[in-house]
Amino acid sequence: MALLRPIASRVVALVPVVLGITVLVFALNAIALGDPARAAMGQRADPETLERLRREYALDRPLPVQYATWLGRLARGDLGESFREQRPVGEVIRERLPATARLALAATLISVVLGVGIGALAAVRAGSALDHLLMGVAVLGISTPVFWLGMMLALVFAVTLGWLPVSGYGDGALGHLVLPAVTLGALHTGTVARMTRSSLLEVVRQDFMATARAKGLSEWAVLGKHALRNALVPVITVIGIGLADLLVGAPLTETVFAWPGVGRLLVAAVGQRDLPVVMGAVLVFALVYVLGNLLVDLAYLVIDPRMRDAARA
Amino acid sequence: MPPAHRPLRHRGFLAGAVLVSVFAAASLLAPVLAPQDPHAVASGGGATLEGPTVGHPLGTDALGRDVLSRVLWGGRVSLAVGVGVEALVVVLGCAVGLLAGYFGGAVDAALMRVTDVVMAFPSLVLAIGLIAVFERPGLDKVFIVLVALGWTTIARVVRGEVLSLKARDFVQAARALGGGHRAIMLRHLLPNALAPLLVAATIGVGGNMVAEAGLSFLGLGAQSPTISWGAMLADGQTFLAIAPWVAVFPGAALLLAVLGVNLLGDGLRDLLDPRLRA
Repeated sequence: MALLRPIASRVVALVPVVLGITVLVFALNAIALGDPARAAMGQRADPETLERLRREYALDRPLPVQYATWLGRLARGDLGESFREQRPVGEVIRERLPATARLALAATLISVVLGVGIGALAAVRAGSALDHLLMGVAVLGISTPVFWLGMMLALVFAVTLGWLPVSGYGDGALGHLVLPAVTLGALHTGTVARMTRSSLLEVVRQDFMATARAKGLSEWAVLGKHALRNALVPVITVIGIGLADLLVGAPLTETVFAWPGVGRLLVAAVGQRDLPVVMGAVLVFALVYVLGNLLVDLAYLVIDPRMRDAARA
Repeated sequence: MPPAHRPLRHRGFLAGAVLVSVFAAASLLAPVLAPQDPHAVASGGGATLEGPTVGHPLGTDALGRDVLSRVLWGGRVSLAVGVGVEALVVVLGCAVGLLAGYFGGAVDAALMRVTDVVMAFPSLVLAIGLIAVFERPGLDKVFIVLVALGWTTIARVVRGEVLSLKARDFVQAARALGGGHRAIMLRHLLPNALAPLLVAATIGVGGNMVAEAGLSFLGLGAQSPTISWGAMLADGQTFLAIAPWVAVFPGAALLLAVLGVNLLGDGLRDLLDPRLRA
């Protein structure tokens, strides 16, 4: 039960942030919509329905009351109604979530496997030409705009070589997932590689590494057994940072590849001025981000016992 | 400060400096360098989506406009947004960071809670949400939104520096000598936080450029006739299969410019970070 207190303290620390997020989205909503009742009804508004909606949203009451009402509906999963589709925003977003989750998971897998591999290789050969080359590639990966990378990959592997489909979901066929996942993962691969390399080099300088080497272990065994576990903490940090890359890259990647996820839904909704969907999607992205960061924090507690003490102090 | 010859031995810094200089010079001199009017459409038929030729070294787009000229002019938008947004972001971020770090207590708590909330959103997603608030998108809105969201990183960096500096002797001395809050913050704290500030701001310029291109690519940024690399890429995607050059060159320009800025930022960090200094 040593973990219970630090976990609880982290969850409690999130409360003001989550409340802040809802205040900001509520404010955006209020500014963008003006009178949400009229906005929701558009031209067809008859005075009676307007009156009913206004009472439902507490629009005749002061702003704090409106916010509380809105928050109450939110807590029950009610994100309002899509102007365009005339059905609950929650439903519209829920349909798109699996596609985004699939893409994000595949991209994370690619970036972690490739990134840790590249970073470890560069660390073993630190200072060599290979090291410089790999780190050069990593900076290139970080600097390449995702949407352009996606188009170039599509140009080479879909249009020219014809190996993979140009775009679309393909009813979940694996071939359709490859290019979007590589595109979304590329940015982050560079970050993971750089972080893995520098944290491995940091760990290598410490005393227990000399001990491990003095025992006559091979360089790979030293790195694999002793260094990697100790280097894992910053790597997890980087996976947490990567979550931001993923969520930022999702609208762009999904647009390039016509991927039916929440990111593309968000972009399309801005174009159609379907504001309830826009705000709903922004809120969902933010909550996923916060939750992801919480999971990263909890992972620290499991891997590194020192963090537990820090939390107690 | 490191000896003056050090920057010249740092390869990444040098490469970054060269790339950034080329990017800045090409953008500033676009009116002179561009072989054609970037808005001039093909008069006779046949010149649309033309591959690279002597007359159009990078080909033409769907309206027959010269891609090279448009790439050069597009750089001006990218440069203006990248540097312009960052200049305001630095002012805003420094103000928040100085106040929070220096006064501490309730001021710090309040400012940092706001920072936390803004940072709790994936940046581009919140930017898209903010753009949606405006009736119609445009480059001016991109500018406003990027400033409104960008200051948090700088604020945290400056606050962190101020926290570690304000207990130091020279700050205590300045206070003992009767230095006012403003004098201490601006004359003693800020100048000593300059190195990390410069690094963060440089990286920030690259981030602004990518964000502008991304928003314009999504149709939520620069609108025609404003020339933006992101908007050019959106056009290019339509014709990717038959005229790839329309998408290849603006994207390559963006990549090189951002790469240059990032290398410069990394190099500055290596050169200015005392922990790495021999």
